[in-house]
Amino acid sequence: MKPSPDPEYAKMTKQASPPSKKVQNAAKAFLVGGLICCLGQGFLDLYLYLGIKEETAKLAVPITLIVLTAILTGLGVFGKIAKFAGAGTFVPITGFANSVVAPALDFQSEGRILGTGAKMFTLAGPVIVYGCSAAAVFGLIYYCFVL
Amino acid sequence: MPKRVGRYVIELPNRPAVISWGTAVGKTESEGPLHKEFDICYQTDKICSGTWEQCESKLAIDAVNKALIKAGKTYEDTDLIFAGDLLNQCVASAFSVKSTDIPFAGLFGACSTMALGLALGGISVDSGASNLTIAAASSHFCSAERQFRFPLEYGGQRTPTAQRTVTGAGAALITPKGETMPKLHAVMIGRIRDLGITDANNMGAAMAPAAACTVIDFLRDTGKKPQDFDMILTGDLGLVGSKLLLELLQKRENTDISAVHQDCGNLIFDIEKQDVHAGGSGCGCSAAVVCSLILKQLMRKELNNVLFVGTGALMSPTTSQQGSNIPGIAHAVWLTSGE
Repeated sequence: MKPSPDPEYAKMTKQASPPSKKVQNAAKAFLVGGLICCLGQGFLDLYLYLGIKEETAKLAVPITLIVLTAILTGLGVFGKIAKFAGAGTFVPITGFANSVVAPALDFQSEGRILGTGAKMFTLAGPVIVYGCSAAAVFGLIYYCFVL
Repeated sequence: MPKRVGRYVIELPNRPAVISWGTAVGKTESEGPLHKEFDICYQTDKICSGTWEQCESKLAIDAVNKALIKAGKTYEDTDLIFAGDLLNQCVASAFSVKSTDIPFAGLFGACSTMALGLALGGISVDSGASNLTIAAASSHFCSAERQFRFPLEYGGQRTPTAQRTVTGAGAALITPKGETMPKLHAVMIGRIRDLGITDANNMGAAMAPAAACTVIDFLRDTGKKPQDFDMILTGDLGLVGSKLLLELLQKRENTDISAVHQDCGNLIFDIEKQDVHAGGSGCGCSAAVVCSLILKQLMRKELNNVLFVGTGALMSPTTSQQGSNIPGIAHAVWLTSGE
């Protein structure tokens, strides 16, 4: 049973609650997110320069970023960057990597199976489920109308 | 014997005394404005080599031990312990108390646990059921985060209305006599209030209506006015909740407590410098503030009449995810200075 809400109190709460600094957060996210993309491009250029085939190099770039994020998460640095950057680190593949590594580390204390194993995808799980579902739907549309 | 006054207040005619108190806190709290008031200041949140839950238990037992040592009492002297925390099934308290062999009642009052413990402790001593009762409460930022929010290393931003769970514990020893020590004059068990807040990042807003209800009930039943108290201390509404409490009382009850109001969540941190958003929260917040600064000032008679109103948000991650409202509760303890 949900008691009837109090509209006047809801209004008071809205007024008393300081809003997020949206413009500032967006600017930070744009800067850091952009820097991460530049970093990715830098790795791609480096791998191509080293003579790695383009197809392989394009695969190596996200892997590099994922490994870097995992290491930074383990060192406790990533959380600090993310606190500053917000969506800037969350949206690129770094956010996904962090959301897998963080619970894996945190739930070590509950054991390898029910801790690390079970909890590793509590945050990333929805991304995988809905990412795959969306891919299937769009694939079907593509198949019907384009191919 | 405890005596009901008015509709909700329970007076303790024998005026049980709080003869001793102890606190233990973590790193952020040790860097805060009250660091000199706490008994044990750890410079890390990793207080022991075990899990975060074990670290919290260690804080709780540290606070209890400190309080007992200061009073020259032992586990054997203790008749009852009322202790609580935020973790599922109150495990931090149970695991901290298990080796003491003290008869244990685990409490869950969310962040209001210290007030609830003091209230029940006071009643137990005043009624003659106990000669020495300990009231204790604890919380730990890391154990609370992993239960209620995200894994510790998860990178994200908090909303400005979010409060930081205090890493800390407080314990108070209540006995029938203690001439110069602070006294428990009356207590009140609060009623649940729900004005429709669903945002788990805005606990202050969820708890403020309960605090307002308890303050008004207490003043009405005792016939007191806000200015009769040196301090009306809520714990822990934080910045947003404190603002809403004052506004609710002003608008709906025509009562102004702004001159005497303080909040544990605002006192424990330097909100600007320590980047704690809307202030502190957690059972350990009001426990650590009351069992240090407030009881010390009552002992020194710098404060003589304090109405401590502990506030709690009665939710779990499950009810929040299911979209249920967050009901709030507030229990009151009237503390006076000794003779």
